[in-house]
Amino acid sequence: MQPLPFRSRSYPSPAEAEHIHDSELEALKAGDEAAFQSLIHRHHGPMLRLAMSHVGDRGVAEDVVQEAWLTCLRSLDRFEGRSSLKTWIFGIVINVARARRRKEARILPFASFWRRDDSDSRRPTVDQSRFGSDGMWRAGPHSWDNVPESKVLGGETLQKVKAAIESLPPKQREVILLRDVAGFEAVEVSALLGISAANQRVRLHRARAAVRKMLEEYLG
Amino acid sequence: MNCRQVVELMTDYLEGTLSAADRARFEEHIAGCDGCRAYLAQMRVTRRLVGRLADEPIPEPVERELLEAFRNWRLP
Repeated sequence: MQPLPFRSRSYPSPAEAEHIHDSELEALKAGDEAAFQSLIHRHHGPMLRLAMSHVGDRGVAEDVVQEAWLTCLRSLDRFEGRSSLKTWIFGIVINVARARRRKEARILPFASFWRRDDSDSRRPTVDQSRFGSDGMWRAGPHSWDNVPESKVLGGETLQKVKAAIESLPPKQREVILLRDVAGFEAVEVSALLGISAANQRVRLHRARAAVRKMLEEYLG
Repeated sequence: MNCRQVVELMTDYLEGTLSAADRARFEEHIAGCDGCRAYLAQMRVTRRLVGRLADEPIPEPVERELLEAFRNWRLP
């Protein structure tokens, strides 16, 4: 695998991350409360988003996150560090969330999970009417460089992003949340979800393209 | 490569998974195409904006409960 050339956020390199996780794991096992606190602060947002993508309801998602942490604590002694601590934790969140979704589904029909899911299809992600017969842009996108930063980074934009992600098919949503919110590398996401590198990339592509489209409608 | 093909290769490009030959053709196209350059920039902004969903503070009562659980974790 080639290194990822463009990262918008700075994550530690895998080797570095391993090192951090090792010492973090030691600290946790030794009962270091500050280490645990730092961990729950760091991962709460991504874990909550991931849980919400499975169970829909925020309150239920908060329960899922809490239950996942308690499961982590119960199993920490058995964790052997075959994966990174972070991968292990998120694997637990996914399991707890899936179990809860099955339970909720028995009570409430969950419309969004019955929708057709084209996550793995290679169909075009951009409206074909935007291209001429030569395949070149008829109406190309506009640069967002001239959109005021206060708008790009504003609360309304964030709401659009949230709405776009909520409307994604579940398989795409899971991948974009793990990659762009939780900050996992491609190989880690493939392993967590048990999907091929190619499928991981296709789902990520479809998800980002859909969010971009929604943003284009708002930002111009 | 035309624009219709280039937009579908954006993620492969950002992930660094294009072959050297495709990467060169991709970059050659981008260099001369305002629309595709804007699209690529938008994909990068999109990724950055999605990343902001991570900023979600843990509710104080949840934190308290988890820290309590951590403290009791070693107790019989």
